[in-house]
Amino acid sequence: MAVTTHDVLVVGAGLAGMRAALAAQARGSDVAIVTKVYPVRSHSNAAQGGINAALNPEDSWESHAYDTVKGSDYLGDQDAIEVLAREAPAAIVELERMGVVFSRDEHGRLGSRNFGGASHARTYFVGDFTGQAILHVLYEQLVRSGIRTYNEFFCTQLLRDGGGTVSGVVALDIRTGEVHQFLARAVILCTGGIGRVFEPSTNALICTGDGDALAYRAGAPLMDMEMVQFHPTTLQSNGALISESARGEGGHLVNRLGERFMAKSAPNAMELASRDVVSRAAQIEINEGRGVDGCVLLDVRHLGAARILERLPQIRELALEFAGADMITDPVPVLPGMHYQMGGIRTDIRGATPVPGLFAAGECACVSVHGGNRLGANSLLETVVFGRRAGEAAAEFASGRPVPGFSESPREDEERRLRALVQRDGTGRTAALRLEMGRTMTSRVGVFRDGAGLAEAEAALRSLRERAGAVAIGDKGRLFNQALVAALELDYMLDLAQCVVAGAIARTESRGAHTRLDHPKRDDAHWLRHTLCYAAEGGPRVDTAPVAITRWEPKERRY
Amino acid sequence: MDVTLSVQRHNPDANPATWWQDYTVTVPDHATVLDALLAVRDEQDESLTVRCSCRSHICGSCVMRIDGRSALGCKTKVAEALRRGGAEGRVRVQPAGNMAVLKDLAVDLEGFFGKVRAVQPWLQPVGPEPEREYLVPNEAMLRVRDAMACILCGACVSACNSLEVDDRFLGPAALAKAWRFTEDPRDGHDRDRLEFLSSVPGGIWDCTHCFACVEVCPKDVKPMERIIELRRRAMDAGFTDNNGARHSQAFRDTIAHSGWLDETKVAVRSVRGPDELLDWVGVGARSFLRGKVPLRHKAIPGALRVTAIVSAAERTAAGSARGGAAAGAAPHGAPGHGPGSGGGSGA
Ligand SMILES: Cc1cc2nc3c(=O)[nH]c(=O)nc-3n(C[C@H](O)[C@H](O)[C@H](O)COP(=O)(O)OP(=O)(O)OC[C@H]3O[C@@H](n4cnc5c(N)ncnc54)[C@H](O)[C@@H]3O)c2cc1C
Ligand code: SF4
Ligand code: SF4
Ligand code: FES
Repeated sequence: MAVTTHDVLVVGAGLAGMRAALAAQARGSDVAIVTKVYPVRSHSNAAQGGINAALNPEDSWESHAYDTVKGSDYLGDQDAIEVLAREAPAAIVELERMGVVFSRDEHGRLGSRNFGGASHARTYFVGDFTGQAILHVLYEQLVRSGIRTYNEFFCTQLLRDGGGTVSGVVALDIRTGEVHQFLARAVILCTGGIGRVFEPSTNALICTGDGDALAYRAGAPLMDMEMVQFHPTTLQSNGALISESARGEGGHLVNRLGERFMAKSAPNAMELASRDVVSRAAQIEINEGRGVDGCVLLDVRHLGAARILERLPQIRELALEFAGADMITDPVPVLPGMHYQMGGIRTDIRGATPVPGLFAAGECACVSVHGGNRLGANSLLETVVFGRRAGEAAAEFASGRPVPGFSESPREDEERRLRALVQRDGTGRTAALRLEMGRTMTSRVGVFRDGAGLAEAEAALRSLRERAGAVAIGDKGRLFNQALVAALELDYMLDLAQCVVAGAIARTESRGAHTRLDHPKRDDAHWLRHTLCYAAEGGPRVDTAPVAITRWEPKERRY
Repeated sequence: MDVTLSVQRHNPDANPATWWQDYTVTVPDHATVLDALLAVRDEQDESLTVRCSCRSHICGSCVMRIDGRSALGCKTKVAEALRRGGAEGRVRVQPAGNMAVLKDLAVDLEGFFGKVRAVQPWLQPVGPEPEREYLVPNEAMLRVRDAMACILCGACVSACNSLEVDDRFLGPAALAKAWRFTEDPRDGHDRDRLEFLSSVPGGIWDCTHCFACVEVCPKDVKPMERIIELRRRAMDAGFTDNNGARHSQAFRDTIAHSGWLDETKVAVRSVRGPDELLDWVGVGARSFLRGKVPLRHKAIPGALRVTAIVSAAERTAAGSARGGAAAGAAPHGAPGHGPGSGGGSGA
């Protein structure tokens, strides 16, 4: 099976990928999925809190959209946000009918909870494992559909025809070490986040932003890459996330003196202000010496054991295990940690990238609905709403296009390249370089940034790039060569780190998650714009593009 | 803290045999076995293969056997393994059981997922779709939710005793998944599902109740209890024309009758009829030669007391069973004279 042909090829089997594949099939396409892990291992599993929709009669899509626009610090494209909010209710109901076991209210209807940055309780959930519960149900639908999945295939290249249209992918079968070529009339990238670019991160080990890098190298722009979300409540020992639902259920954040410090920066929303606001406030407490061993404290004890056990069982388990704190009796030490990439592959509201034949959806894409700051529970929503749209658009594109021509050479070239990589006499270890990159990014490109630190990061990345180019691969075999995969991932991540830094240097203002101590104000006159990074000789070339504004003019943000 | 990991390794490309390799690493006190393995991979030996992703027991990638016990590497603390394990300062790590090893700790999951697919694991409602969501009580969702907590990690499959002897058995994970649909008030095909599960080779009757799956499951899904419930529901729904159900009924009947197991009778009554019995003649003969087929089966002293206990238990069960009509009233009802007068209670 060295060469296979499909109408639509989806890379990634998280929520976005599976939803896209199902939508493309429903439009009559022959679809297949290539994924580096089995679908149910995808990182969508990790989402604890929930998924947003204005389903209650007292709520409205306009309110959801406005909260999202405001949360984005006006950097979100309002046409895309309108789509997200309008299509949310139907998307949730559809998930319910597919079998998701959402929590119910006393009438047996879908029941919701509060979440940060939202003016209504519009977050729908399954205990505190919403992502897993939805991922497994979409997997059930995938089984039902019979869509072919190539599991444990690592995509290494996008193929393009003479005219520049994407015509398939090359992928390494991790199990056997063989290289395969997949021809397709349209390709959808649904490869998830870039968490491992930072250390620590709440993201899983597989979140290495491969799709972003593949698209970038194929000429697609990466948009707003400097917009990296730091979640206010992560655990110190391993970066694990304590979901916002802990605060949504009524948890407090306090400093060493026992003060609820959010009163200073968000007197109304308090702990439920949007994440960028809460992370900055927590980081200031820690930096100014009012923390406890580099952390602030998350306190839910007043909720009582019964509610904690019903609503937050998994979170309690995590805190017990990795912080040694039982939330029922102790406050948990937490600190801001890298969590989500708002930026990504630029797409339109149908999921199409500027490169013909190439589509993207989910966390790897930037439509942009999150702008400078994502609201909790909006990204699961994004995966299903824009996953479906990208699937439909790709199916349509595919039906109007002949099967791409075949040549054996891309596969052979890639096989040679990978073999040479494995066999070269290198120096240094991939993991050490990855750690160095991650720590550099966290210390220089974290919650607070400035010109000098960004310049240091830029120089550090150049040196890392050089060393990564000569790293030794410590496994010389073919089967399950995880060392090879890790080296390829590091190579991708260095591209992305460079784009994050390039965007952060270019954006001389503070907006959303991007805070420049040397440019502390939002600057709508110059920067109500997206940054775009294009691959160029010697590093990213930065350009900008206007933000789509439909009905909400930028205002100062207050929570 | 220093720990030595003894890892069972295998790389069929280089060497058909498996071998043990020791690695000593320094890890923080809160480290998990997976953290320790990753420290080995990152710092000492990049050729060591271990599947992993989330590090927080949610993705299901890192099932392995740690000192013989099936578990997630990311849910087992090194300190805890050291306390439990015998040899000082050493933790033994092997690939998961009941699945073929591909390389080191990575096993072949195709069979595992194939069995999940075999139970038609998707919601199959009947009737018109509601305009919005289905209306169902929260309690019903919470019940199903406990099984939805399954992350398809395969720890239960790795530990399953029945799978060790018969790899056709659908196994605990797939059956827990099947239970989730028979229990979901939105699914309209529970009868078909129960019929399939009780008649397919390797279905619900192949579980030996060994409890291993319940013990090792990192998400407290309790697969064995779901299987027991599936059996009860299948029998309630009238799917008794299969060896498992007949076995179960015969087992109950001989106990109620004589106070102990009449193995010959149970064997004969478990099969469909005389022609199937012929298939078992060989087994029967061998069992006979080993003295496992008692020709005469006598009631134990106090058998009537056992009969009474069985009836009482069935009355209680019938009272609480969903949909009533649990295993009928005891056919061998005890005549007038009270509980047995003989010696030991026997029960
Ligand atoms: C701890 C945590 C909690 C969260 N909680 C919430 C929440 O409560 N609500 C919310 O809305 N959002 C939440 N999020 C965010 C949300 O979970 C993610 O943004 C979303 O699930 C991403 O889904 P996805 O489909 O885009 O990608 P993923 O689910 O990450 O899937 C990516 C897929 O791409 C595949 N892939 C990647 N690279 C390659 C390659 N080179 N070749 C082949 N395949 C490849 C992988 O195999 C995988 O299948 C949370 C995130 C984290 C980390
Ligand atoms: S039932 Fe438990 S052990 Fe078995 S696959 Fe599911 S989570 Fe893993
Ligand atoms: S109880 Fe049944 S399913 Fe569970 S491990 Fe034992 S034999 Fe397997
Ligand atoms: S790494 Fe995900 S379950 Fe262990």
